[in-house]
Amino acid sequence: MIEVKNLVKTYGKNTVVDHLDFHIKKGQVCGFLGPNGAGKSTTMNMITGYIAMTEGEVRINGYDIFEDPEQAKKSIGYLPEIPPVYMDLTPYEYLLFAAELKGIERVKRKAMVQDVMEMTKITHMKDRLIKNLSKGYRQRVGLAQALIGYPEVLILDEPTVGLDPKQIIEMRQLIRELGTNHTIILSSHILSEISEVCDHVLIITNGKLVADDSMASLQKRCEGSNLLLLTVKGDEHIIGNILRSTKGIKNFKMIESQYDKGALDLTLELEEGADVREHLFTSCAREHCTILMMKNDKLTLEQIFLELTKTEELVYEAEEEEKGQPAGKEKEE
Amino acid sequence: MLAIYKKELRIYFHTMIGFAFIAFIVFLVSMFFCLYNLTAGNASFSTSLSGVSFVFFIVMPILTMRIMAEEKRQKTDQMLYTAPVRITGIVLGKFFAMVTILLIPAILFLVYPLILSLYGKSGRSMTADYIAILGFVLFGAMYLAIGLFISTLTESQVIAAVLTFVLLLFTYFIELILIQIPGTAAASLVGFSAFVILAGMILYYLTKHVVAAAVAGCLLEIILVVLYFVKRTWFEGGITTVLNVLNCSGRLKNFYAGVLDLNEILYFISGCAIFIFLTVQAIQKKRYS
Repeated sequence: MIEVKNLVKTYGKNTVVDHLDFHIKKGQVCGFLGPNGAGKSTTMNMITGYIAMTEGEVRINGYDIFEDPEQAKKSIGYLPEIPPVYMDLTPYEYLLFAAELKGIERVKRKAMVQDVMEMTKITHMKDRLIKNLSKGYRQRVGLAQALIGYPEVLILDEPTVGLDPKQIIEMRQLIRELGTNHTIILSSHILSEISEVCDHVLIITNGKLVADDSMASLQKRCEGSNLLLLTVKGDEHIIGNILRSTKGIKNFKMIESQYDKGALDLTLELEEGADVREHLFTSCAREHCTILMMKNDKLTLEQIFLELTKTEELVYEAEEEEKGQPAGKEKEE
Repeated sequence: MLAIYKKELRIYFHTMIGFAFIAFIVFLVSMFFCLYNLTAGNASFSTSLSGVSFVFFIVMPILTMRIMAEEKRQKTDQMLYTAPVRITGIVLGKFFAMVTILLIPAILFLVYPLILSLYGKSGRSMTADYIAILGFVLFGAMYLAIGLFISTLTESQVIAAVLTFVLLLFTYFIELILIQIPGTAAASLVGFSAFVILAGMILYYLTKHVVAAAVAGCLLEIILVVLYFVKRTWFEGGITTVLNVLNCSGRLKNFYAGVLDLNEILYFISGCAIFIFLTVQAIQKKRYS
């Protein structure tokens, strides 16, 4: 669907994007991750044909973005970092313009604009000037513009920046819905967002690709991702003894709970594949220690991300070896 | 192209700039019409029209300053350049939208010679007045093309407006400059050297390479000096001939005199074409740098 080969962008002596190589399959929702200034937006601008690459090629649906720009651009909907809206038009006029610009036939335009406005929930704002809309609504109008023409590929550059928490949740919901019948590239530096919405992740730092993997296997990849969090009421010594006698616990930390008086917060690091929950429950019950809370935890994407971007050289080498393996799970819908 | 055209017109009328532009030109021409034609009894409308052409370099930048600069500042150009349309189409759409705004007062002016004809026949034919209106449109269109090009070079509307104003002012006063320039070969050498320096500066701006620009400039200057000593006759009156090409307001005077010359029409049309071409190139260059 989207093929990026050996993509390079240099500004003078600065290499912003450094030999990127990746392939995004049809139907994938791909998170594009990286710290600020990693080259995310530049890469997206090159994929969409806004700026030219110094080297390399981008193919959308088999069409080269610079050889066959019109064909390639037809299948892309792009929401840049700053929504490209005209302040002096109303959303309705703006979307009609977008439809005409994208070459939608006259008879289909109005129905399509209506439909897209329903999807992004801006119908009730359609006759206000965009300059009078809030940032969240402008963002939605920008997304609506990307959806016009129902392109197969959606490229969204930080779509939730500047939205309030409720809008963020709605936007994610919408992206997830769209993911069922679109190929999406979504950039963000908010990692929880990526882990919530995407099924595939690309991580870049300093213009280099450091990870190209499915969400699940990326999370598995980090060691010690098997954590168990507990809040237990009871004596410190007794609990300590229980933990020491339990098999499968590598390490544990015990601190006094902030919220429950007389209780302890435990963080257990488990051996791979070990499940000690049942054993802990029965042993604590036997000693009359009440378990107030118990939950499995994994290393967050944040932690994985920091690890990846910190030791980029090492991880990159590991990545090379793994490239032969299948790219991971695909969304089946 | 049509999408862009419609959008630009819509924005011109949503933001009042379109109305203000039309109102200002119509008001001024009508005022001159009242003073010259109705009160003073001058029989030709072209007199009033030529009296107004001095405001062109003030009002044209108002129309052109935002046309590309604002797209860049608001980042809406990302939408245009990632849409399945050609850049030439985008630029032409914008140009024709501006020309349409210019045509609205021009169409209104078509009535004025008719009003004059109510007062009886004069020695001048009405066609002369219509030729003057045609000149007004062609001349205005070329100014718009120049403004369009300058607006692509910057993100700031103010800079675009000021630069356009200065350039248009230059073309307006070029006739006065031309009179002052002696026709000798030496004067031409000095004039051409100034062009070489300008070319070197543009080269530096495009490549950001001091040595290359300096070497190219020096080479051109050496060629110039050698030519000067070998073929001095070529240089006589050379600079005035070259500057005369830029003298667009001089050409407008022919229209106002009621002379319809194909040369002049082609001059204005090719002027528009050159600046539209330059605009497209400037946009392409930005994307590749």
